[in-house]
Amino acid sequence: MKTLFGLALRSAWNRRLTLGLTLAAVALSALMLLGVERLRADLRASFAMSVSGVDLVVGARGSPVQLMLYSVFRMGEVTQNLSWASAQWLAQQPGVAWTVPVSLGDSHRGYPVLGTTAAYFDRFRYGERRALRLASGKRFEALFEAVLGAEVAERLGYRLGERIALAHGSGEGPGADHGDKPFVVAGILARTGTPVDRTVHVSLEAMEALHLDWAGGAPIPGLSIPAPLVRKFDLTPKSVTAVFVGLENRAAVFALQRAINDRKEEALMGVLPGVALDELWQLVAVAERYAQLVSMMVVAVGLTGLVAVILAGLNERRRELAILRSVGARPLDVFALLALEGGALATLGAALGAALVWALVLLLAPWLQANFGLTLSGGLPGAAEGRLLAGIIAVGAVAGLIPGWRAYRLSLADGMTPRL
Amino acid sequence: MAEPAIRLTDLRFAWPGQAQPCLDIAAFTVGVGESVFVHGDSGSGKSTLLALLGGVLVPQAGSARILGTELTGLSAGARDRFRVDHTGFIFQQFNLIPYLSMQDNVLLPCRFSARRASRALARAATLAAEAKRLLVELDLDESLWRRPVTRLSVGQQQRVAAARALIGAPELVIADEPTSALDAARQAAFLDLLAAECAQAGSTLVFVSHDARLASHCARSVAMADLQRQAGPA
Repeated sequence: MKTLFGLALRSAWNRRLTLGLTLAAVALSALMLLGVERLRADLRASFAMSVSGVDLVVGARGSPVQLMLYSVFRMGEVTQNLSWASAQWLAQQPGVAWTVPVSLGDSHRGYPVLGTTAAYFDRFRYGERRALRLASGKRFEALFEAVLGAEVAERLGYRLGERIALAHGSGEGPGADHGDKPFVVAGILARTGTPVDRTVHVSLEAMEALHLDWAGGAPIPGLSIPAPLVRKFDLTPKSVTAVFVGLENRAAVFALQRAINDRKEEALMGVLPGVALDELWQLVAVAERYAQLVSMMVVAVGLTGLVAVILAGLNERRRELAILRSVGARPLDVFALLALEGGALATLGAALGAALVWALVLLLAPWLQANFGLTLSGGLPGAAEGRLLAGIIAVGAVAGLIPGWRAYRLSLADGMTPRL
Repeated sequence: MAEPAIRLTDLRFAWPGQAQPCLDIAAFTVGVGESVFVHGDSGSGKSTLLALLGGVLVPQAGSARILGTELTGLSAGARDRFRVDHTGFIFQQFNLIPYLSMQDNVLLPCRFSARRASRALARAATLAAEAKRLLVELDLDESLWRRPVTRLSVGQQQRVAAARALIGAPELVIADEPTSALDAARQAAFLDLLAAECAQAGSTLVFVSHDARLASHCARSVAMADLQRQAGPA
């Protein structure tokens, strides 16, 4: 066996260019299959991590998934708000322990701005019910104060006391600027690995003040209310994007949900975060299935190429096999020599693919974190990835039997004199 | 007298699907230490004869005793082992494995056969030393040893193949047209060298070629046509 292994190794080295390219193809296909799986698993984990301890998310009636996407994950555009009266009504419902209203829509250099109340910092939970923590500074107290997520502060290099201007909407388009009312950075939150890191937090009143002299998404011509004067106006918000609700007893969640859905004054909906996420995954599952299927096909192509290359090389190696036969190699040895090569290349390719995934995750994780708030786990392959790896190796080893079998037949027929 | 190196009796072999036997030999005996030249045109069954002597093929009828062992009674695996234990082969050309060094090519039989390895070690301290001794005997200068075998001349390659056939002193050396790629002068030199080495190692030499002029290098000469009971095309 040692002899065979040495021979296989040196024979492979002799054909290193073709085999190297095939190895690269297998490695890339493994990278794709494993990468899709890693991304899928991490996406789910990342979303599930983003919110905990919130029993209901309430918003204007529409798509529950969309409400979750923009209120929790800061993805997509807000389509409709709910009235402040409804938000207040919610807080007074029996069994409600706390409510945190949130208002979205503005941005700062691409990062979303969230208007909320001080209760947000007490009540919001992520991961395993972990509370938000200030890395430095304090919560917003004065009107034009902001608390930054860790990513925002780090990326833009902001420190406490710095003045920042918010932009209206996504910040695109001319004049969409709240530069007349700058904010002071009052606090910076510790990193959470959730969309909170990418959020600029301000008070609901500040949000209202920003838009006093705006109507219909544009500044009102000829009307400009300077910052020192805004206190003279009523800064109670007219509407908010969503309300996070915590209950005293989780069992009451369905009763409250019914009350919310039945409210006559306004068309509302209460969404259980877990249920909405499940709905989201059902939507995504189809795409995931396709991605998996395509990457499996790519692996099949890679392994087929591997077998084809070994088979193609076999004809040139017939004399080599005949020589081996003359010095005592059994047909079974010849079979093992070829099968070993296929199996080893598939294993090596799969391992290389896994290493590539690991390297790519290390490389891409900061970018994904910064731009999408997604956390990739740079750790060792999980159980699902392990199964896929084992699958590639198993299929590769079985595929390697094909050239092995062919070589076996050839060496039986050829004996010591290959008929070329 | 002891058991001869080769004794074929009433041997018949036909390729699958062919009615006419390719080989039909009443008797063919080669004594231990003899060197025999077998002459035959292409298609006369030479290669089939060698495959039978090597135990790669088994006759449908009759007996093939090599060194006192009846090959027809052995399993395929046992015949493979018997082949490497007792026989060295030299082929027409492209005798060497391109990705192995000269020395590793020579030592191949020792990798597959413990018997060949131990017999080689009986002559030298290490396998490498024995390989080098043979290479020097066969006029392969040390300056060539590190060269990739594919960059040797055909004559040099054939001498490496001879060293491989001779290592571990197998009782039988079978050469199949080993000189057909060499020019006349080199043919003679190679065959004399081969015969001398076989004699020195006490190996029986069976040398097969279509070229009858080479018969002078062996003590005894046999034509395929005379071996066959009824001369028929293969």
